[in-house]
Amino acid sequence: MTLVEFMQHLANGVSLGSLYALIAIGYTMVYGILRLINFAHGDIFMLGAYLTYYAIVFTSMPWYVAFALAAAITGLVGFLLEKIAYKPLRDAQRITVLISAIGASFFLQNFATVVFGGRPKAFPIPSIMNKIINIGGVSINLITFIIPVIGLGLLAGLTYIIYKTKTGMAMRALSKDYDTARLMGINVDRIISITFFIGSFLAAVGGIMWGIKYPQLMPLMGSMPGIKCFIAAVIGGIGNISGAVLGGFILGLGEILLVAFLPGLTGYRDAFAFILLIIILLVKPTGLLGEKVTEKV
Amino acid sequence: MAEDRLKVEKERILDRNTLILLGVLLVAVVVVDFFANDHVRTIANLCGIYVTLGLSMQLINGFTGLFSLGHAGFMAIGAYTVAILTISPANKEMNYFLEPIVPFLADVEWSFLPALIMGGILAAIFGFLIGAPVLRLTDDYLAIATLGFAEIIRVVFTNTQSLTNGALGLKAIPKFSTILWSWIVAFLSIVFMVYLIRGSYGKAFIAIKEDEIAARSMGINLFKHKVMSFTFSSFMAGIAGGLMATHLGTIDPNMFRIALTFNIILIMVLGGIGNINGTVISAIIVTAFMEILRFLDSSIDLGFIKLPGIPGMRMVIFSIILMLVVIVRKDRLLKEN
Repeated sequence: MTLVEFMQHLANGVSLGSLYALIAIGYTMVYGILRLINFAHGDIFMLGAYLTYYAIVFTSMPWYVAFALAAAITGLVGFLLEKIAYKPLRDAQRITVLISAIGASFFLQNFATVVFGGRPKAFPIPSIMNKIINIGGVSINLITFIIPVIGLGLLAGLTYIIYKTKTGMAMRALSKDYDTARLMGINVDRIISITFFIGSFLAAVGGIMWGIKYPQLMPLMGSMPGIKCFIAAVIGGIGNISGAVLGGFILGLGEILLVAFLPGLTGYRDAFAFILLIIILLVKPTGLLGEKVTEKV
Repeated sequence: MAEDRLKVEKERILDRNTLILLGVLLVAVVVVDFFANDHVRTIANLCGIYVTLGLSMQLINGFTGLFSLGHAGFMAIGAYTVAILTISPANKEMNYFLEPIVPFLADVEWSFLPALIMGGILAAIFGFLIGAPVLRLTDDYLAIATLGFAEIIRVVFTNTQSLTNGALGLKAIPKFSTILWSWIVAFLSIVFMVYLIRGSYGKAFIAIKEDEIAARSMGINLFKHKVMSFTFSSFMAGIAGGLMATHLGTIDPNMFRIALTFNIILIMVLGGIGNINGTVISAIIVTAFMEILRFLDSSIDLGFIKLPGIPGMRMVIFSIILMLVVIVRKDRLLKEN
């Protein structure tokens, strides 16, 4: 492999990694507060991509307005999802909520099949992003650069919200100790709603950029990336936002480089994440950056 | 009153409800087998398979409290084992046209029963090998790890061209599976489950579900019982997968996606977690219902107006039911009925 090829793969891996990181953040934020695997998160991601498709194809909005609008609507869907599928089960056992999450994911997938149709749709890429640029012999699609830049920008915004605002402080308090935080007068419902909105918004941005990178939309497109991003969150240490980002990059880079160095294993690309997950769970179940939790009797 | 409660009841292992259920089912199966048309017989056959699947899910999730999402994977192992062992050598050559099958399996042609048992045993072996490391995890982590293994099995089956024929799948599997076969297996599963759960192993499983730490301090070997429950459950899933393969006649890796596991979870949840009789009934109802709901996918002609069919509507309704049941029954969901 020449250096040029290697740089191309590296750039690809970084951009895939930042997509994974964006989606993984939604999982980790929800898990941190509610201890729930939001199985429907991957389908929220799919919804974001589809809504953008419809906003661009059926209205005359400029693409940036369509992107922002679709991401905001997807955020609202995430907010509604929590109200309908998870809030009634706030005090139920965790497995009950998990089954409800599975049901919600199943619903969104089939709903999308009915409403959007099972046939793949071509994502309308804004022409400004569809350029090939050439840096020192390495020719790379412009979007490969845009994705990490947008990803890092959103991360900076999220970090600001979590560490510098009152809402963020409440989120951190809830994930540290749910019951005590509630006693301190934190409006739990409001914080959870905001968490779902932010997580779904980020997933939608991820979905839009996924659509630009791999311009084929299908109702089931969210299921595999969804599971992989949850794995990314677990690898980094679930509940920890920098962990989710780290996990996303490890997974994205790992996948691309695996296929690049060992082309014979291309078919096993989807298995890579699961194998990594199982190794991590067995060696360090709390993830790379996770804290150890001891069980009290 | 107090004395009544203290009096040790001499418990029959198969209680009256279970016996009634078995009797009714036996009559129903015989009636369907002799008198019903092919369509009903197909559904009845499928019902038997789902009873076994529902019970196997119940064993690991409902009784032992381990949230495992790996059923589709174990079914795939059973289905492929039975298919590869029973397809005739001539048909194998036809199936594997991209890449010939590995030589040591090329001329194999077993009869149905040994192949089915082999399918169960292989699924159990994989269950044991996977369970031993993974069952140290709890709750969500276990769910995602077992789901991961099921996906790995599917990805491997998609890529091992000379063993499983990859994404092309296998065709011309002899259609051994009859109502009789799937219901014999279903009856055996019911009786096996009742005996297992009423016995000391079952008591240990339930104790683990109720409180792991308390169970451990009572001297129950957590690891041994968890692996045992997981292995039994995989065995049953493998057998059901084998029946499914010979019932359908064709299989491919995409059949064994997580959606299949979700169906079984719905059966378990509707039947009441930890409830054997309920699971049997809900398996039959859900399977029949899925067939009846097919009308939603095809167009309906009401004479004056023709409603176009909406492909996929069936599954939308299906998932709404799953969520409604969970939300409405949230408190009773995990208690033993």
